[in-house]
Amino acid sequence: MYPIVLLSFFGIVTLFLGFSKSKNILLPATLLFLIIALAGNFLEWNKGPLLYFYDMLRVDNVTLAFNGIILLSAFMIFAISGGFQDNPDSEPAEYFGLMLFSLVGALMMVGFQHLIMLFIGVEILSVAMYVLTGSNKRNLRSNEAALKYFLMGAFATGFMLFGITLLYGATGSFKLEQIQGFASNMQVGSESYILYAGLLLLLIGMLFKVSAAPFHFWTPDVYEGAPTIFTTFMSTVVKTAGFAALFRLLSGSFTGVYGFWWIVIAAIAVLTLLVGNIGATSQNSFKRMLAYSGISHAGYLLIALTALSKPSQNAIIFYSLAYSLSTICAFGVLMLVSKEKTIGGQPNEYYDAFNGLAKQNPLLAFVLTVSMLSLAGIPLTAGFWGKFFIFTSAAERGIIWITVIAVLMSTVGIYYYFRVIISSYLKEGDLVKIRVAPFYKVILVLATFLTILFGLAPGIFEGLI
Amino acid sequence: MLTLLLILLPIAAGIITLLSGERLAKQVALIGGLASLGLAIFVWQQFDPMAGTQFGFKYAWLAASGISFAAGIDGISLLLVLLTTFLTPLIILSAFKNTYKSTATFYSLILFMESALIGVFTATDAFLFYLFFEAALIPVYFLSAVWGGENRLKVTFKFFIYTIFGSLFMLVALVYLYYQTPGTHSSEITEFYRLQLIPGVQGFIFWAFFIAFAIKMPLFPFHTWQPDTYTESPTPATMLLSGIMLKMGVYGLIRFLLPIVPSGMENWGLMAMILSVIGIIYGSIIAIQQSDMKRLIAYSSFAHVGLMAAGVFSSSLNGLQGALIQMLAHGINVIGLFFIVDIIYSRTKTRYLDQLGGISQTSPHLSVYFMILLLGSVALPLTNGFVGEFLLLSSVFQYDAILGAIAGLTIILGSVYMLRLFQKSMFGPKSKWVEGFQDLTASERAVLLPLIIMVFWIGIYPSTFLKLTEPAVSQLLQLVNN
Repeated sequence: MYPIVLLSFFGIVTLFLGFSKSKNILLPATLLFLIIALAGNFLEWNKGPLLYFYDMLRVDNVTLAFNGIILLSAFMIFAISGGFQDNPDSEPAEYFGLMLFSLVGALMMVGFQHLIMLFIGVEILSVAMYVLTGSNKRNLRSNEAALKYFLMGAFATGFMLFGITLLYGATGSFKLEQIQGFASNMQVGSESYILYAGLLLLLIGMLFKVSAAPFHFWTPDVYEGAPTIFTTFMSTVVKTAGFAALFRLLSGSFTGVYGFWWIVIAAIAVLTLLVGNIGATSQNSFKRMLAYSGISHAGYLLIALTALSKPSQNAIIFYSLAYSLSTICAFGVLMLVSKEKTIGGQPNEYYDAFNGLAKQNPLLAFVLTVSMLSLAGIPLTAGFWGKFFIFTSAAERGIIWITVIAVLMSTVGIYYYFRVIISSYLKEGDLVKIRVAPFYKVILVLATFLTILFGLAPGIFEGLI
Repeated sequence: MLTLLLILLPIAAGIITLLSGERLAKQVALIGGLASLGLAIFVWQQFDPMAGTQFGFKYAWLAASGISFAAGIDGISLLLVLLTTFLTPLIILSAFKNTYKSTATFYSLILFMESALIGVFTATDAFLFYLFFEAALIPVYFLSAVWGGENRLKVTFKFFIYTIFGSLFMLVALVYLYYQTPGTHSSEITEFYRLQLIPGVQGFIFWAFFIAFAIKMPLFPFHTWQPDTYTESPTPATMLLSGIMLKMGVYGLIRFLLPIVPSGMENWGLMAMILSVIGIIYGSIIAIQQSDMKRLIAYSSFAHVGLMAAGVFSSSLNGLQGALIQMLAHGINVIGLFFIVDIIYSRTKTRYLDQLGGISQTSPHLSVYFMILLLGSVALPLTNGFVGEFLLLSSVFQYDAILGAIAGLTIILGSVYMLRLFQKSMFGPKSKWVEGFQDLTASERAVLLPLIIMVFWIGIYPSTFLKLTEPAVSQLLQLVNN
């Protein structure tokens, strides 16, 4: 609970810091805020399940683990943003403020115990993201992306709210436990149909947020149009929070009707895997490929949801962490490289931009390679174990066929992830040495190190949660 | 503990090589390779064939899930570890005459590869096996993709995706087997041996393993990546691929396929055997028509591995023993042959048989070495190829006489393409490409001489190695037959 309170307060402080003449204190200040929030988060470690805000928020180790991943990702993203110094049009105080507020929303989604809390969390997160997507206000694509995201997002929110209403109508409560109690002892009748309809609508709203197919159409355009730093934020923080919320929702309220929804989620998982992986193969833009890859990773995580067990919960936590680390590295390198050779004033985000990267920038090429290997799920990286845990959790439930499809799709994944490795190591290019700020370098190296560490010793977290 | 040392020593040597700078890298790498060989020979001296798996170690990796970092050496492993550690220094030495850009990286990748291969051959935990199986791919991918020929990007990419695709099937099979183990689950291979799976499931597991290993070896019809990759890769990478990496597939068949799914073998073994035999004949016929020497040897290797697989699928003592000794022999011969092709190519700048001829006039030593290796490869008695091929053919013949007869054609076809290779390059009028051809230098002889010694050693007294593996193989067959 501490980080929610702290971050709300810090967000306001950050906005006021924007009045000061020196813009340089913003970045260190927000980083400090995040560290405090992280520390506050783990104060409650092992304190057992605690309930706050009239039982609307639950804090247990799972919540804290997800919070930790979200705050760590946010810390890394803030750090590589460099305080938005390079763009004279930018408004750093507002950006940081909005991101801090959106983190509050994310943390609410992770710990919610009451559907209204979920709704508030989703909205706080989303509204901030709509604004940040359009923050590059002189760029047409950024504006288009923001409008698209907002319109579609608002629509999805409507579905979600309608779903919550129906659930309330069927069960008479917003609380997860009471819905669980009702759903477990439910007779077949009109109420059960209302409950099913409500669940489906609520799922549609949530699946939209995590960009699962067929609700993914906004993802490539929005990811591509938004400034890269916010794309990174969206693809890590929003996705982690979304899956934490989905897992909490389904495991907290709907285990009793597992037979009804598991096939829906399984079908969506398969569709998402197909759309994400096959869509990614035909992209020429690295950034757009990462958007599709984000969709495909949502597919893998949905498999873990289909299994819905204790191992699959740990799998989601591990996978989110591995995915966030690699994604931050990938976007981090992209931001540096794309600035080198602009096309008509816009950053060059195509695969060609990476040609010959390894020659002058061996460190960046290595960071990029490790992150691609991890996303592709090659052994000895964290991504491999993430996939491994997900596959095993599905196999344990006896859902082998979905694992086979996922395995086939991982092979497709190797194709597009390796294209950029080939570009940077094996193709000729005239990239000069890119100047990387020391702090930026530290973050990239740290994320790479963690990716390899978790790849070598995935047991570190075992038994923690 | 010795096993762990065997795995770690090449990694350490690789890192030292990487740090030692461009000028010293070669020598450091060679010393590293020789040190590993020394260690392997020491292990061989300490090894007791009757005592099962030895020198093991086991660290909990995912303790609660029963997945551990465990490895050990039995007869089958030891043979392949010896092969790997024997060939790696020779591969390093064979690269000395060529200059490769970023030398240090080049040699360190070879050593990393060695470590992963030793890991594959010694792992006693199924997931550790899988990990090394995949990890071995990455160094060799970069070796081929960075230092290879013109078409390298496309070819190596195909190779990479092809092999990953196969091993992912194995991963699914392993995960399934893991959840069949009793209690809190364990991924020890010996636990997998104890499983009693229903025949229908065994069929699926059989094919999942089969695809993974058949792509690696490769067997017909999963071989299309192989000739291109062998041809485009730099010779040391080709040697690693054909001399050692191919054995990962055969080893996998022996270690996993036979003992875990015996009834799958019963139902589908014939089918797999037929595919292997088709590969033998098909590979030989294509080899006869090749004019690129490297491609010719690639196809000959494809044919040979088909016979090894057929021997394994016969699941008899002769078949397995033959496959093991043939792995050793094939590794030695194929590396020697690729090296000789590389020597010829580096002097004449051509690999095409039509453009060569008359090399024996100026280079008697080269042609003698070439002849010996070649005769080993066509399985002349008293050379290393004979022992393995004899055992393999007899096992296939016992399994099915008709298949045995067809597989036996390999002896004839093998001599046709090999002797054609020799005749067209060594004899006949001297072509303009071979003007001023020099005979072997001292370092080239240093590579070929140990190979020749091994050709005769295995050919004349194979018991040294057969005795090593026999107890482990009969133990394995007991599992299969129960």
